[in-house]
Amino acid sequence: MTVADAPLPHALAHSPARHRLRAGLFGTPFNAAVTALTAAALAWLVPPLLRWTVLDATFSGTSADCAARAGACWAFVGAKFRFFLFAFYPPALHWRPALVILLLLALLAATATPRFWRRGLLAAWPAVIALCWLLMAGAFAMPVPSNQWGGLPVTLLVWSVCFAVSLPLAVLLALARRSAMAGLRLLSVAYIELMRGIPMVAILYVAMLILPMALPEGQSMDKTLRAMIMVALFWTAYTAEVVRGGLQAIPPGQQEAAAALGLGYWRTMQLVVLPQALRVVIPGLVNLAIGFLLATSLLAVIGIFDLLNAAKASATDPNWLGFYDEAYLTVALVYFVFGYGGSRYSLWLERRLGGRTPK
Amino acid sequence: MWWGPRPFTQIAVIVAVVALFYVFGRNTAATMSRIGVTPGFGFLERSANFEIGESLIAFRAGDIYARAILAGLLNTASVAVLGCVLATILGVALGVARLSGNLLLSGIVRWYVEVVRNTPLLLQLFFWISLVQALPPPRRALSLLDAFYLTNRGVFVPGPAFHNLSGATVLTVGAALLAWAAFLWAARRQGRLTPRAFLAASVLAAAGAGLALPLTGATASFEVPALSGFNIRGGYSLTPEFAALLTGLTVKFSASIAEIVRAGIQSVRRGQWEAARAMGLHDGQIMRLVVLPQALRVITPLTTSNYLDLVKDSSLAVAIGYPDLVSIVNTTANTTGQAFEALLILIVIYLALNLAVSALMNLYNRRVALRGGQPA
Repeated sequence: MTVADAPLPHALAHSPARHRLRAGLFGTPFNAAVTALTAAALAWLVPPLLRWTVLDATFSGTSADCAARAGACWAFVGAKFRFFLFAFYPPALHWRPALVILLLLALLAATATPRFWRRGLLAAWPAVIALCWLLMAGAFAMPVPSNQWGGLPVTLLVWSVCFAVSLPLAVLLALARRSAMAGLRLLSVAYIELMRGIPMVAILYVAMLILPMALPEGQSMDKTLRAMIMVALFWTAYTAEVVRGGLQAIPPGQQEAAAALGLGYWRTMQLVVLPQALRVVIPGLVNLAIGFLLATSLLAVIGIFDLLNAAKASATDPNWLGFYDEAYLTVALVYFVFGYGGSRYSLWLERRLGGRTPK
Repeated sequence: MWWGPRPFTQIAVIVAVVALFYVFGRNTAATMSRIGVTPGFGFLERSANFEIGESLIAFRAGDIYARAILAGLLNTASVAVLGCVLATILGVALGVARLSGNLLLSGIVRWYVEVVRNTPLLLQLFFWISLVQALPPPRRALSLLDAFYLTNRGVFVPGPAFHNLSGATVLTVGAALLAWAAFLWAARRQGRLTPRAFLAASVLAAAGAGLALPLTGATASFEVPALSGFNIRGGYSLTPEFAALLTGLTVKFSASIAEIVRAGIQSVRRGQWEAARAMGLHDGQIMRLVVLPQALRVITPLTTSNYLDLVKDSSLAVAIGYPDLVSIVNTTANTTGQAFEALLILIVIYLALNLAVSALMNLYNRRVALRGGQPA
C-alpha cells in the first residue's frame, strides 16, 4: 500500500544522501512508525547475537576454555579448519587437495573472465579436471581411495565436473526438444520432465542402490563416481531447459538464412544458432550453477564428505564435541561467498553482455 | 510427418536408447536373481518390522509395507502443504516489507533474502535441528504468551480439539461447509458476490457447524498446552524433526516468494498507480483492484514452480530423521532388498505429486491469466 507513498526514484537519486536517508526512514508518519518498530525488534535481537558471536566468544584455547564461557567457540573453528577443508584425506598429503582447490578456483576465475572466452579455455577444462582427479586419487604415488576424499575439493570437483558434463548433453537435449523429429522430441521431453519431477535425493539413492545392480556382473564403481554420474544426468535436464530458452530467443530467420547459404543442420547450429543462443543464456547458466553449488551439499545424505558433511563430522570429534553451530556458520559463510559473489557476477555479466546481444 | 527430415538418425537414437535400457534391465535382473530377490511388488503385502517415529495414520511394526509407504506419503504431504501455506504468508509479508519504502525494513529484508538464498537448504535444516535439540527440556520450556512452548521434545501450539465425534457430526458439518462453498460458487458465477454476502454466508455456515456439534453429542474446545508433571499436555505438539523441517522449508521458500512478490508488484507500471489515483481510488483499492490482478499474472506461474520445488525439497527430511516418503522408501529398499521396485514407486509418486500441484496451480492460473482478445 505504501509503494506510492515513496517519492519517485529519480527525484530520490538527485537529492543528497542525507535527505534521501531521512525521507526513507521518517518520510511519513507511517514510515517513522515502521522505522521505530524495526529498530525496537533489532534492539531485542542484536545484543544477544552480538554477545554470542563476539563479546562472550572464545577465540583461542581448548574446548575446556570454550565450555567455561557462554559464547561461540571460534577456537574450535581454528583448530578444525583443516578438517573442514580436507576431511579425512591423509594429513601428510594435504598439499594435494590444497593444490586441487587452487587449480579449480583458477579455472573458475578464468572461465568467469570474458577476455578468456576462446577455444583454449574449452581445452583447459578437461585437462584441469583430469589433473585434479589424478592428484586427488594419487595416480602416480601413494593412491588415496575416494572414500577418504572430503571437504572443499570434493564439493568443488563434483560441482565443476557435473556441470561441465551436463552442459554439452543439455545442448543436445535442448536441440532434440526443438527438433523436427517427433520421436526425438518425445524422448527429450520425457527425460527432462522425469528428471525435473523427482527430488535430487531420490537420484542419489538411485546412484547408491540401482546403479550397482545395473552394472555387468563382477564390475563395480566407487560411490563418488556413481553419484557424480547420476548428478550430472540430473542437472542435464535443468540445464537443457535454460539452453532451450536461449534457442527460442533466436529468430527463425537466422536458421532460414543459413539454410539458404547451403549450410547443413549441424553447421547451422554450430556456426549460427548456438553461438547466439548460448550467449543469451550465460547469466541464466551462472544462476543455475549457483543453485547447483548449494545442491552439492545433498551428497551428505549418502555419506560423501563434502564441505557440509565435513563440518558436521568435525563436531563429533571427542576433543571438540558438539560445536555444531560454529561449524555450520563457518561453512555457511563459504557457501554464501560463492553464492552471493556469483549472483553479483551474473548481474554484472548481464549488463556487459546486454549491449551486444543479437537483435 | 513424425519421422522428419532424417529418419535414420532418429531410428538410430531410439534403437540406442532401447538397447541401453535392455542391457541395464538385463544386468539388474541378473543381479537380483544372484542375490536371491524375486522381482515384483509382492513385498508390499509383507509385514514391515520397523517403527515409524510419527505418522498421521496408526502404524506399528508388523503392519504391511504398503501401509508404511502410505504413512510416509502422508507425512510428506502434511509438511509440504503446511510449508506452502506458511512460506506464502511469510513470503508475501516480506515482499511487501521489501517494497515498503522504509530503508531500514527493506534493507533487513534484502539481507534476509540474500543470506537464505545463498546457503544450502540442507545446511539450514542441520542448523534448525541442532537449535531445536538445544532447547531446554519441557520443565524449563521457553514459552511465548504461555500458549506456545519451545522444548527439546518438540514445539507445542494451541488449537481446537474435538471429542466424541460421530458420523452424524461429520456429515452435518460437511453439509454446512458444502452449502457455504456452493453459495460462494453460485454467487461468484452470477457476479453478485459482495463482501457483505461473503461475510453473512460465512457466519451462517460457522453457526450451523457450531450448532451441529452439541446437537450430535460432540464437544469442541480450544486447548492451550500447559505444563503438567514432566511434560506438556494439551493442544498440538510438533516433533523436533517436524518443527525443524517445517521451519527450514518455510524460511527457505519465503525468501524466494518474497522476491517473486516484489518482482510481480514492480512489474506493474507506475502509470497504473497514477491513473488509478486520478480516478479517485485510495491506496488500498488501487492495490486490490488495479495492481494485484496484474501482478498475480507474473506471480502465479513463478510461485507454482516454487511449490513444486518445496514438495521435492521436503525429501531432505531424510537427513534430519523425519520419516517422510523418501526415508521410508529407503528403509523399505534396505530391509527387503527390492531397491528397484521401491525406487520405482518413489519416482511414480513424486511425478504424481508434481502433476497434482501443477494441475491445481494451472486451474488457478487460468483465472488470473490474461484472456486472449477479451478485456480482462
